[in-house]
Amino acid sequence: MSQAPTREVARRVFAREFNDASHTFKESDDERAPVYLLLPTGERANRVFLVGTLTEKEDVGEDDEYWRGRIVDPTGTFFVYAGQYQPDAASTLRELEPPAYVAVVGKPRTYETDDGSVNVSVRPESITAVDSVTRDRWVVEAAQRTLERVAAFEDESNEYARMAREEYDLDVDDYRAMALAALEGLDETDELGSDAAPEADLDTPAEH
Amino acid sequence: MTDLHTHAEDIVAQFSDHLDLTVDEVEERLDNLVNEYRVPVDEARRSVVNSYLDEADLERDALGQGGNASVGLAEIDQDEQWLDVTAKVVELWEPRSDSVAQVGLLGDETGTTKFVAFETSDLPELEEGAVYRLENLVTDEYQGNFSVKLNRTTTITEVDEDIEVGDDAETVEGALVDIQSGSGLIKRCPEEDCTRVLQNGRCSEHGSVEGEFDLRIKGVLDDGEAVHEVIFDRESTEALTGTTLEEAKDMAMDALDTTVVADEMRTGTLGRYYRVSGPQFGRYVLVDEFERLDDPVDAEAALIEARSI
Repeated sequence: MSQAPTREVARRVFAREFNDASHTFKESDDERAPVYLLLPTGERANRVFLVGTLTEKEDVGEDDEYWRGRIVDPTGTFFVYAGQYQPDAASTLRELEPPAYVAVVGKPRTYETDDGSVNVSVRPESITAVDSVTRDRWVVEAAQRTLERVAAFEDESNEYARMAREEYDLDVDDYRAMALAALEGLDETDELGSDAAPEADLDTPAEH
Repeated sequence: MTDLHTHAEDIVAQFSDHLDLTVDEVEERLDNLVNEYRVPVDEARRSVVNSYLDEADLERDALGQGGNASVGLAEIDQDEQWLDVTAKVVELWEPRSDSVAQVGLLGDETGTTKFVAFETSDLPELEEGAVYRLENLVTDEYQGNFSVKLNRTTTITEVDEDIEVGDDAETVEGALVDIQSGSGLIKRCPEEDCTRVLQNGRCSEHGSVEGEFDLRIKGVLDDGEAVHEVIFDRESTEALTGTTLEEAKDMAMDALDTTVVADEMRTGTLGRYYRVSGPQFGRYVLVDEFERLDDPVDAEAALIEARSI
């Protein structure tokens, strides 16, 4: 049987936790070893899967196209950047009209700003338009995975939790509250019976 | 020497269907090589077997190795292993090649495996749903997938019993996070019993060939904890994407490019949640059945469950 390198799992993480992360690391000296983003709840993420609402998109490239998308989940905003090396994702961003539900598979990227803070974004492998059912399912899944990570945070054998305690000064209970609030939000929309996707508004220009 | 006597008995047994040998004459030939000509025993045995193979006009492959293994069909993990099994013909498929007499799925208590019978072996036909005692099968491996081949020496005896075929199907679910290269509208090698997928019009075994169009998806389902590689064959790809092979060919023809088919499939399926089940072959689950997980989520139930985590 062939021994292909194992594919990295796509973590489910809400925007707020994702953006709180800043520490990246490798687990071997090999140049091609995967780079992981350390999630504050104590997990390593080389890939993420997220579903949210694309609220704005803008070509921020100078000469070549370089698309930035803002994708909103119940907790915050993911920033997604796609240029010439992500042609499929870039063309999807070019063609989509916000607001639209999108699913993104991609790699975490960190960028240190002039003032020393670290911005986290997603370099997409794929972006596809999806429906509200898929979005809701993702919210439930992301909440469950987050709560599981929080629950395992105190485990002695949890090396990434240990790393998170060393690297971050964050209270993981906040992420538990955040995940529960996200689910409560879903429950409320259920009761209001307004879980259908809003019609895309084609005329509103994005503001920055 | 008793050692030679045992070897001689083995050889006689191996050829029992083909030649009328006596243990004495075989032992005498072995003895001559080993004790007269100082040939090592293994080499002597090989040489004697070869001469009998010539005499019987047989290929080495056609011989059982004496004492076949009895291994569950779903537990086969060796290439070129000789087997005896009692198995049910679960499915018969359409042979893709004229040299194949029958191809399909055999099942026993452990699960199922593919079988092939060749025209040249001139065997009686197996019937779907019937149970047989099959002796002298040989296993075959291709890219980590095992199958069994019937051959000229295979004996087939119908048995009057039913077998509860084991369910070795895997069920996995998650978001479809990738559709890998080699998906969409592909071409397969038309050579007998090959069906390899062509790369740039070339088969890795048969070189440049005129391929036959097929559809498939090599996908990755990811539940946030683990990844599962899955393969949709033509039928399930058509059901998943709503695009038939003919429509896919038309799309590719219009675009003068076959990759538009996979692109279209990605647009329609990536990022959605699916549950699939089917047999595991190597690292892949071969999709027999699938469903899109598109029931509205029960937020209240999810919340109750979440509070308990």
